Amino acid sequence: MQVALGNEIIEGFIKALQLIFSGDLTVVEISVRSILISGSATLLSVLWGLPVAIVLGLRRFPGRFLIKGFFNSMLGIPTVALGLILYLIFSRAGPLGFLRLLYSPAVMIIGQAILITPVIVSFITSAIESVDPDIKNLAKTLGASETEASIAVLKESMNGVALAVTASFNRAIAELGVVLMIGGNIAGFTSVLTTKIALETNKGDIELSIALAIILLLIVFALTISVNLIQRRKT
Amino acid sequence: MQRTFLLWISLLILTAVASIAGTTLYLRASMKERLIVSTTTSLYDTGLLDAVEAEFETKHSIDLNFISAGTGIAIQHAQRGDADLVLVHSPADELKFLTDGTGVNRKIIAYNFFAIVGPETDPATIGNIEPLQALSKIVESGRNGTAKWVSRGDNSGTNAKEKILWAAAGFDWKTLSQESWYINAGSGMGETLKKADYFSAYTLADMGTYLKYNNDGLISLRVLVGQGKDLLNVYSAIAVNQTLHPSVNFDGALTFTKFLVSDEGQQIIEQYGKDAHEQSLFYPAARLLKVNTYPTIAHWIAECAFFNGTECPLEYRKGNSGLYG
Repeated sequence: MQVALGNEIIEGFIKALQLIFSGDLTVVEISVRSILISGSATLLSVLWGLPVAIVLGLRRFPGRFLIKGFFNSMLGIPTVALGLILYLIFSRAGPLGFLRLLYSPAVMIIGQAILITPVIVSFITSAIESVDPDIKNLAKTLGASETEASIAVLKESMNGVALAVTASFNRAIAELGVVLMIGGNIAGFTSVLTTKIALETNKGDIELSIALAIILLLIVFALTISVNLIQRRKT
Repeated sequence: MQRTFLLWISLLILTAVASIAGTTLYLRASMKERLIVSTTTSLYDTGLLDAVEAEFETKHSIDLNFISAGTGIAIQHAQRGDADLVLVHSPADELKFLTDGTGVNRKIIAYNFFAIVGPETDPATIGNIEPLQALSKIVESGRNGTAKWVSRGDNSGTNAKEKILWAAAGFDWKTLSQESWYINAGSGMGETLKKADYFSAYTLADMGTYLKYNNDGLISLRVLVGQGKDLLNVYSAIAVNQTLHPSVNFDGALTFTKFLVSDEGQQIIEQYGKDAHEQSLFYPAARLLKVNTYPTIAHWIAECAFFNGTECPLEYRKGNSGLYG
């Protein structure tokens, strides 16, 4: 059994390489769709998450710890739970059903963006917090305005921001619960790497599943490594 | 410095908006009229619907979107207005779906047989006996500790059939499910077959999925009890009532249903799997009911899956569908 399993993984790896280099259209299409959807979701969550994180990291105000605690505890929200809630909201019988977004890439972007917002907010907040407060004070004594001082702090925490963005993209592209429940895994429309892997495994096409899983891993590795390289060159 | 900051922010906003718009546009570019079909897993996961879709989309400019789920979930999707058509196989649930007003224009499209499959050693010795008797023997062996049973446990059509069979054999599945030899898989057909294989257990399977898994060498279970009226498995298409959910694609649903029961559609159903598995995974039911080629099976279908002597009582037929001759 273990020998067989080993063979399956090796065969899957060979098949993955064949699929990638032969430019198999479905595989390319699904990979591109996965990257586009999760990439857009990451940008969207940076868009609304970054300002929140800057305020949380730089300002001190009552209730700040409550908000921080909320985002920290949402870091590990089970994707199926979020998927179910979003399904009930976007279903035609639900409060946002009139938008008719269910089973569309748009709703998958929104869903993943919500899923990874806590990662963006929590990681960037703690990156900003860990910057030496003297930098802000120093900038101010050198005549910088409040905004300029804040930018100086943000620049110092760029590594943390990069980590947050990478981690949240990886969580988005690797999750199954949200995209399956609100995307529906429609072939050629909302099918992404994770939902396709789940379907092909159900269908009994283990080889293709492993190939797709390897492609998914390669995307995650490639992104993480290139972000690391860029950072190393900078420092 | 403030200017660079503003520039950066506006750039970020622009990229995000552009990328979301671009993605949505790119992914929507090929969109034709959409028909969302919530289907039972056995029809989709065996690949039949892909074969049907390929033919259908060359003739009609309707984009078929299949959501593969169990019969229970498929019907719930439809009741919430999230699907235009369902393909299901659980007559009792279908009748409820019609009477609650959501489902209309039911049409029987295909049939095959469920099978009781199990390990080659067949510890309960059920080979080729009557289905209900076989179940009794499995219970007996299960309680002796020599056999196991894996149940779908997911409210799918197959799961519904299993409950009906237990009741017919004189057992209450709720009581059985508390016993140690009864394993509640809570998974789709393929996954359940793999679990049954792993535990050397018996299970109820639809023939389509079983054949695919068996021929691909993923399981080593044998069909021990197949055929017979008790094991008949009837698939039907039901459209979602437009008066209840005005936004559904009712016309598209009718077009697709008509295609499924047309000579061409029925031919695809019959041919599917013949090359790969040397036998059909599904049999065309609409043609059989129309020309009555196999009177026995037509009689069984009528007995198992008709309501008041028809596949769709008059009060649930909507519009001038032309579906009913």
